[in-house]
Amino acid sequence: MNILVCISKSPDTTSKIAFTDGNTKFDENGVQYIVNPYDEWYALVRALELKETIGGNVTIITVGNVGDESIIRKALAIGADNAVRIDAEPTDAFFVAAQIAEYAKKNNFDLVLTGKETINYNGSQVAGMVAEFLDVPFASQASKLDVNGTTLTLEQEIVGGLQIVEVSTPAVVSCAKGMAEQRIPNMRGIMAARTKPLEVIAPSAVDVYTSFESYSLPDAKKACKMIDPSNMAELVDLLHNEAKVI
Amino acid sequence: MKALVYINTNHFAAKASFEAVTYAKKLGGEVTVITYGNAAGAEALGAYGANKVLVDSSINEADNQQITRLVANAVEATGAEVVIFSHDLVAKAVAPRLSVRLKAGLISGAIALPETGNGFNCKVNVFSGKAFGNVAVKTAVKIISLLPNSIQPENVGGTATVEAFNGNVGAAAIKVMDTKKPEGSIPLPEADLVVSAGRGLKGPENWGIVEDLANVLGAATACSRPVADIGWRPHHEHVGQTGVAIRPNLYIAAGISGAIQHLAGVNGSKVIVVINSDSEAPFFKAADYGIVGDAFEVLPKLTEALKNFKNAN
Repeated sequence: MNILVCISKSPDTTSKIAFTDGNTKFDENGVQYIVNPYDEWYALVRALELKETIGGNVTIITVGNVGDESIIRKALAIGADNAVRIDAEPTDAFFVAAQIAEYAKKNNFDLVLTGKETINYNGSQVAGMVAEFLDVPFASQASKLDVNGTTLTLEQEIVGGLQIVEVSTPAVVSCAKGMAEQRIPNMRGIMAARTKPLEVIAPSAVDVYTSFESYSLPDAKKACKMIDPSNMAELVDLLHNEAKVI
Repeated sequence: MKALVYINTNHFAAKASFEAVTYAKKLGGEVTVITYGNAAGAEALGAYGANKVLVDSSINEADNQQITRLVANAVEATGAEVVIFSHDLVAKAVAPRLSVRLKAGLISGAIALPETGNGFNCKVNVFSGKAFGNVAVKTAVKIISLLPNSIQPENVGGTATVEAFNGNVGAAAIKVMDTKKPEGSIPLPEADLVVSAGRGLKGPENWGIVEDLANVLGAATACSRPVADIGWRPHHEHVGQTGVAIRPNLYIAAGISGAIQHLAGVNGSKVIVVINSDSEAPFFKAADYGIVGDAFEVLPKLTEALKNFKNAN
């Protein structure tokens, strides 16, 4: 099975979030970038498990500049066979999806996997857009994925429950918790990653649909009001009269 | 602006649907709802500002390719300039597809009405709720996926006319083999009130005191990641960075220390109450009300105080 896994970089989950240039740019000062956890833990690891059981090839793709090669090497160290970097600033989800779809179209993948969202933009946009560009079925937020020939069996969350569905390849699947367990790369994987093929491709021209004009931070929380554990009537009173939530 | 609102079938009485229709109404133009399947009760969306409900009867199961074609054809038929979704699991699959199909910019996770004085800008949640972004859309048609609990539904009275609509949706590519819906429980992302607990509860057999409190409040129950990972509670209850992100009016957390990954899933809550025996627990920094005490004593007392309050009101 020929699998394409889309990865994105995101700031480490413990990063302090701040902005510069008049709140128009994310402040990267001191920020450690990681492979977006949903892309790594669920999409990439499940792709590798499938390759291990049924054979095939796992390609990873990212849209980003040369500085992002550290996350590519990490994904190769975990076990992907080869990597592609579209050499461009990932301006918005539509741009990224258009670049990935263009590459996927030319290379006949059976399966395109992504994480369910990135932890920085939380848009859940790229996977569905790639599916529409390729005109193939899309299973969103799958927590299980099994392959039998050209049939995929998936468990996916739906509003208020779970659904077991079947789709034929080629298809796009976005991966959520439950799909696989995190893998830590070993020394052999890290060494091998250095020599695995990494292809750099120039982007194709795509219109810009959306742009982040500025950012802001939530107002600082007021100090927490401490309440005596023996006086829960006071808490109920505050929730009713002060916070007005009950 | 003329708006088209996509509403899931059988969600005509859901708060998230009222919010989406209210949002569309506030854009100032005609509001049309597009849906499929059994439309019983859909006319009630008129109370929140829908003029018309279009219903396609050819879709049986939720296949995102079919729903995308349905909404795209409805946009063409109505001349809508803005398409509104409630940011749920269907929207997360359909809205991106629709963006490509219509060549329309998508604003995902909107938390406020757009500003249209100079272009078309909208505020969204980013960095897992740790910041906001201001997104500009440059396309003629715009798609907005609205985070639940971002605006107050406004019931202005009235009913909508319901009309049949041929969505030309084509064949389904996704075959549904089985559907599992937990009976009676409130879906977490839609809940106004949430009671949550963590490892401090010491074992799954102690969840009764959490459920008692949730029952008195009419709240949904949630849990921290470790609790879901060791199997004390089902995975769909896990809120946090890698679980569900929620924005209830009230979030009560007992026996959860408040790691940054947990906060990422709950920091959109309007009011946070933290109960923890450790006065140094980081969660108190994010809380509005804090109680340093043993959850096993505090939760039953809180349940009792709420019962008294409910009886008196």
